[in-house]
Amino acid sequence: MDSYALLIAATLNAGTVLAIASLGLLINEKVGIVNLGAEGMMLCAALAGFAAVVHTGSTVVGFAAGMAAGALMAAIFGVLVIWLNTNQYATGLALSLFGGGFSAFAGTGYVQARLPEQTAWAIPLLGDIPLLGPALFRHHPMVYVAMALTVGLIWFLYRTRTGLVLRSVGESPESAHALGYPVRRIRLAAVVAGGALCGLAGAYISTVYTPLWVEGMVAGKGWIALALTTFATWRPARVLLGAYLFGGVTMLQFHLQGAGVNVPSQFLTMLPYVATIVVLALISRNPTWIRVNMPSSIGKPFYPGS
Amino acid sequence: MTDHQKRSLLKVAALSALASATLIGCGKKEEPAPAPAPAPVAAPEPAKPEPLKVAFAYVGPVGDGGWTFAHDNGRKAVEKEFGDKVVTSFVENVPESADAERVIRDMAAQGNKVVFGTTFGYMESMLKVAADTPDVKFEHATGYKTAPNMRTYDSRTYEGAYMAGVIAGAMTKSNTLGVVGSIPIPEVIRNINSFTLGAQSVNPKIKTKVVWVGEWFNPPKETEAATSLINGGADILFQNTDSSAVLQTAGKLGKRAFGWDSDMSAYEPKAHLASSVINWGPYYVKAVGDALNGTWSTGGVWWGVKEGAIDIVSIAEDVPADIKTKIDTIKAGLKDGSFAIWKGPIKGQDGKDVLAKDVVADDAFMGGIKFYVKGVEGKVPGG
Repeated sequence: MDSYALLIAATLNAGTVLAIASLGLLINEKVGIVNLGAEGMMLCAALAGFAAVVHTGSTVVGFAAGMAAGALMAAIFGVLVIWLNTNQYATGLALSLFGGGFSAFAGTGYVQARLPEQTAWAIPLLGDIPLLGPALFRHHPMVYVAMALTVGLIWFLYRTRTGLVLRSVGESPESAHALGYPVRRIRLAAVVAGGALCGLAGAYISTVYTPLWVEGMVAGKGWIALALTTFATWRPARVLLGAYLFGGVTMLQFHLQGAGVNVPSQFLTMLPYVATIVVLALISRNPTWIRVNMPSSIGKPFYPGS
Repeated sequence: MTDHQKRSLLKVAALSALASATLIGCGKKEEPAPAPAPAPVAAPEPAKPEPLKVAFAYVGPVGDGGWTFAHDNGRKAVEKEFGDKVVTSFVENVPESADAERVIRDMAAQGNKVVFGTTFGYMESMLKVAADTPDVKFEHATGYKTAPNMRTYDSRTYEGAYMAGVIAGAMTKSNTLGVVGSIPIPEVIRNINSFTLGAQSVNPKIKTKVVWVGEWFNPPKETEAATSLINGGADILFQNTDSSAVLQTAGKLGKRAFGWDSDMSAYEPKAHLASSVINWGPYYVKAVGDALNGTWSTGGVWWGVKEGAIDIVSIAEDVPADIKTKIDTIKAGLKDGSFAIWKGPIKGQDGKDVLAKDVVADDAFMGGIKFYVKGVEGKVPGG
């Protein structure tokens, strides 16, 4: 039984990075902006966060540095696609490639660096419950932050006026503009917020999840986070669920291998991706799901004059 | 939803795929294209001694702290040994694809006379270029195909794995060891077996759990695999992947692990038990020396502790003194040939002898190991 508790724990941990980054991208897409630069932003943020922890010893400063790096890159992206109306997909790809190359270049001095010792952390009392304690209550605080973020985002998007304005910008920027909302500034704010969350996810990878810096260490998690937003049909709760599902399948295949289950490991390695495709296919069979939730202006530039 | 929107969705998907494909190839640092290559002009030997140009193609970044880092140390050893008699250069992150041929062809065209390819996947690319440029010497790591101007070299990494196993067997409390495997080829399976044999030589109760990640370098995945091994009861980990992620995960979870390919003690001193390192230096110095002296000839070598290519370093202080002595004895035995790791009786998982008593495995046997020895759990993927 204990090993199942640990499997659940590992699943939550593995899903956290994806959830945080994907929620950030969801905010972007809710205002109609697709930022394919997630991988690059996460890499730069991973380096910024790692470097900050190396110099200050504080994980909190590391997270802040990661968020700042992510937000800065997102802001550049935002100005390009929102004001200069460059193609979102091409600009996002450029950001991704730039981020990968730049972080590798700037990070050469940190490759052998070491982070200060991390202290284990658990919720008092709850962490001591047998089974449930190790499964649910002994995680890094960021695991709970991801959950809280999901709830907060649902409330913000669907229960507040600002959230409504945000969504209306994504549904019909022309109408929002006609009503007098500053569409471009709202879009930029959302893009920067999304970048900050991607940055937080990147910093979490390099300072907590895999506490080291090597170039390319995000290893595709940014792209998976992008796919997750579509996978979840732009609903925050489904993003969280999808992230745990993906994390869970990944951990399960390692768990089965370790337990000596006689399934080819190549097949197991493939499983999370197959699961993603299957779920995507199932979702697209139900057009209303997509129609109701997909922001109408996604990927399209907005010209206030026209 | 309009067609238009559906199309943009498709576009996102297509572009993501394109981007990941591009990304794989993007880290490469190309040397600036040279002015029209002076190479074709026949350079007769008696002219004043031009420095010998030597190029290295690396599969990963020099900063990986493991496999490629070790190769680059070998390159530095060549520079140190020969000084201004050689000029070395390298290209990092050369993918094991058609790109490799282009990069290697470039190296030959730029006047390099010795080209080192440091991963198995360059084999076919190097063979093709070797056939077209007979005056260039090609050195291919871990391959098995040769040509008149192309030879192979490899290191007996399993000797380091065995010595790491001896330490693991002495230090484990749960009698369960965990290995994060990369890709199930004979070399890696041999290392897992040798690690287990080493551990069993001091502790017969040892069991080894194996988890394959299917890649050489993917730190988050290596972390996840290591976590699941520790969850499954392993208290000492070993890896055949290229980053230090497994060692650091073990450190985070209060377990112990080893460094692989390069000395990784600096990454996680508390968890680090020892590092099994490859010194490519001695071979690289010999190979470049052969080319300089005109004594180069084709063939293949497999160097180990005996030639100074494999070593186990930075053994943790809390490893018992008798184990450290045992390691020294093994090294001495490997050097003078009095000790062989793969010497019968060695039993497979089914308890039957794979090597009968007193039979010493030859290199052909070693190159074809596709089974686990007794004590390793699970099945070899595809085996």
